[in-house]
Amino acid sequence: MKITDVIRELGLKVLSGHEGLENEVTGAYVSDLLSDVIGNGREGNVWITLQGHHNIVAVASLKDLAAIIIVKGIQPDEETIRKSKQENIPLLSTEDDTFTVAGKLYNLILKQ
Amino acid sequence: MQYRFKIAGGDFSNAGTVASSVKKILRQLNINHTVSKRIVIALYEAEVNVVAHAYSGLVEIDIDSEKLRAYIADKGPGIPDIPKAMEEGFSTASPQVREMGFGAGMGLSNMKRNCDILNITSEPGTGTNVEMITYFKPDAR
Repeated sequence: MKITDVIRELGLKVLSGHEGLENEVTGAYVSDLLSDVIGNGREGNVWITLQGHHNIVAVASLKDLAAIIIVKGIQPDEETIRKSKQENIPLLSTEDDTFTVAGKLYNLILKQ
Repeated sequence: MQYRFKIAGGDFSNAGTVASSVKKILRQLNINHTVSKRIVIALYEAEVNVVAHAYSGLVEIDIDSEKLRAYIADKGPGIPDIPKAMEEGFSTASPQVREMGFGAGMGLSNMKRNCDILNITSEPGTGTNVEMITYFKPDAR
């Protein structure tokens, strides 16, 4: 499954990082603690978070994550968007809360 | 090979640049992916610690054929009780830092898990020195 499939199936909005939309998805990780993601996120994971500051892109890039989904329509900082373009990490947005979007993504990944 | 980096305390916009530079170097050197991932995790945490707690820091990276040694020396408040600081969940980070998702008290344990040798020495009121050694072959330690 690719990020484009996740976007289509979950109705996500692409904020930036279009060049990473063909990234392969290996699974997902849900956390708002950066050390948790650095320690436990896996390559190719989609990361679901409510954090919108630019350090999330650094974490995603270091861990080779496939994309970041920012929940509840939270608008990330300009710097976050700039860095995501630079690092080719797609920033995706949903109006759903973490529980809801994680549930949808879980089902989507299980189905394949 | 030796590389040096400076870290400015409080500069969250550049947190992760040392780890990111080293990641690129390790990729160029064709270092085993699993080992390289560990090194990057440990370095990122050490770097964030300097940004979150210290005034300034200096990172020295030494790479030879069998290992990477990172030495991070900061000027800052130091750590009065290192065993306490090593406890998972313990953190002295400010509320602002915590709001960003840092300061969960996982940094030092992430560092310990992701290197082969970790030495921390600190003088309260002066600063902290961290040495991390990771062998490229997992069984070489």
